[in-house]
Amino acid sequence: MSAAVPAPHTHRDPEVSRIGMWLFLLTEMLLFAGCFLAYAVFRVRYSGDFHFAAQELNLSLGLVNTLVLLTSSLTMVLAIAAMEQGRAGRAAAWTGATIALGAVFLVVKGFEWAAKFRHGIYPNSPALAAAHTPGEQVFYGLYYTLTGLHALHVVIGMVVLAVMLVFVLRAARSAEGEGPGALADRLENAGLYWHLVDVIWIFLFPLFYLIS
Amino acid sequence: MGSEFHASYLDVPPGGGGLKSWIFSTDHKRIAILYLISILAFFFVGAAIGILMRLELIAPGKTLFEPSTYNALFTLHGVIMIFLFVIPGMPAILGNFFLPIMIGAKDVAFPRLNLLSWWIYMAGALLAVASLFTGGGPPDTGWTFYVPYSLRTGTNVTLAVFAAFVLGFSSILTGLNFITTVHRLRAPGMTFFRMPLFVWAHYATAWIQILATPILAITLVLVMAERLFGIGLFDPAKGGDPLLFQHLFWIYSHPAVYIMILPPMGYISEIIPTFAKKRIYGYKAIALSSLAIAFVGYLVWGHHMFTSGMSDTSRWIFSLLTFLVAIPSGVKVFNWVATLYKGSIELEPPLVYVLAFIFLFSIGGLTGLMQGALATDIHLHDTYFVVGHFHYIIFGGAVFAFMAALLYWFPKMTGRMYSKRAVWVALAHQFVGFNMLYFSMLILGMMGMPRRYYDYLPRFQTLHVVATVGSWILVAGLVVLAAALLRALRRGERAPANPWGGVSLEWTIPSPPPEENFSLPPEVGEPYDFSKGPAR
Repeated sequence: MSAAVPAPHTHRDPEVSRIGMWLFLLTEMLLFAGCFLAYAVFRVRYSGDFHFAAQELNLSLGLVNTLVLLTSSLTMVLAIAAMEQGRAGRAAAWTGATIALGAVFLVVKGFEWAAKFRHGIYPNSPALAAAHTPGEQVFYGLYYTLTGLHALHVVIGMVVLAVMLVFVLRAARSAEGEGPGALADRLENAGLYWHLVDVIWIFLFPLFYLIS
Repeated sequence: MGSEFHASYLDVPPGGGGLKSWIFSTDHKRIAILYLISILAFFFVGAAIGILMRLELIAPGKTLFEPSTYNALFTLHGVIMIFLFVIPGMPAILGNFFLPIMIGAKDVAFPRLNLLSWWIYMAGALLAVASLFTGGGPPDTGWTFYVPYSLRTGTNVTLAVFAAFVLGFSSILTGLNFITTVHRLRAPGMTFFRMPLFVWAHYATAWIQILATPILAITLVLVMAERLFGIGLFDPAKGGDPLLFQHLFWIYSHPAVYIMILPPMGYISEIIPTFAKKRIYGYKAIALSSLAIAFVGYLVWGHHMFTSGMSDTSRWIFSLLTFLVAIPSGVKVFNWVATLYKGSIELEPPLVYVLAFIFLFSIGGLTGLMQGALATDIHLHDTYFVVGHFHYIIFGGAVFAFMAALLYWFPKMTGRMYSKRAVWVALAHQFVGFNMLYFSMLILGMMGMPRRYYDYLPRFQTLHVVATVGSWILVAGLVVLAAALLRALRRGERAPANPWGGVSLEWTIPSPPPEENFSLPPEVGEPYDFSKGPAR
């Protein structure tokens, strides 16, 4: 509709979407910041309880998941680099690998939660209240809230990447359509979101698994 | 340029008219009108609930409703007015319409995201309405959803809280859009210090929307998680802390007050110079004071909790910081008044509304200082004084400024002029009714009338009657204003491009603006430069 009218004064640039994405990531960080604030308050109040409760977490599973997410950030970067070189097929493969690693993370997390549930450690459980101090209960409250919220973000990131995968595959099949440059910009924005999910886990891992 | 044909944004677009051309439009002006209609609809619902509450309070004991109904009403009044009217209304209506035009842009940076914000707003509004009729019935916690009561009540708090969460998302997207727009879409020559103060105010507001709203979001998520799974972070029996909720809640909800008041301060900074035909006094001071308010406003949340249980050290620090906010606010008020000094003043309706704003906002600000002081706050906390103060700031301040702005830009937005005589009548009623209603509350509060109470001692009745009668006069004024504007839509005279002699960019384009805003890149000069006469 408006394409016929020259519009020098509304010059568009890829910078616009990048700024928008960074602002959005800022809001995501602040969302978690509220939880980190709660963590700080309770950690100061119950430092001893946090120490003992953290010993009950499965350090090796946490470590595996950290490595999985770090690797997924690498595959994400490789996908963007491939897209920037116009190699859509390769970009699609790396994007798919990133999604798969996200799925691995969720599966490991699922086993971890399931094991805790079997021991009666879950929110509002009578066993949790009976066998643990209030400080340890708060530790698990924070553990489930933060890892749950993070897992939700992993799922959202996987959905975003799946949508991007469709676009990249479409670009791989035909030379027509959206230019690889514009698609690389969008893939980069999706990648920024994925890195955020990774970075948040980098904070969660020491705060829950390494403090004992 | 005058001979060119411009299709107005109100004309039927090539794709066909009807509702679809509005609710799927990505034109920032059409989205602004969508917001205007939906938000004002909720405003009148909220006002009607306010009237019912005042009616109940006209006499002690039961007048109309059961106590539980009254609790639901004041919760609903708060939720609607805060989350569905003021927070989205102040930035998203006029900001959407005029921010792009004032910086010489064709639209916001993300037009589709802009439309999505409105849809999310509507979804949130529907959820809020749904919470009244589903589950355990309308929430009765007050709009603040304080724990532990909000965790124990059987009413439908979970859905109402989710609605507020969704509305917050809409607010974040608007803020994100405005910041990006200001950074990337300014016309050539439009430097930051040439932007109208309206834009500065919305820019500062957008930062608050982005930086504060996520904290509310996580707080509401925690309340939902608490109600659904019993996680225990707010429950002392499980080692949690109910005060943590208050801290998290006010870390957002105090800055939210500046989401409500900063855009109106921007409206005022546009209207005063136009009707004084004089460059605004202290342009940079006003521009930067918006950012200062946004920043300091972030650090004062504890003053809502002086009686909740905090160390004395944190109490006096929060008190000190609270007094500091008065400085940038005072800078603005003094600069507005200084702009009027020796101006060539035309007493048109928008300016008179602005004068009413300055009077009411000053009362609101000064009564705020009384509560910022620790000793007096112990006496005033949770009384009607707080209710009165809050309404002087938000209704007397933000909403009067909004009405001033609506009257100022109505001819631009609609291409029609309203009956000025009807507006004078409306303002007289509003001003008298407002002061009867809320000044009575200030006195009642000092006498010790607690807020949120359904019943009261007989000695408070006289002032309650004055307040209730005031509420009728106030609403009569609102109805007259609404009727005058609705009538103007159909029968008003055609408005010229620049009816008030303004100099910002929106006055250089026709009324109503063409779909593309500008056909040529606009010429950008110094802001508030009246030496060359009105904009053409």
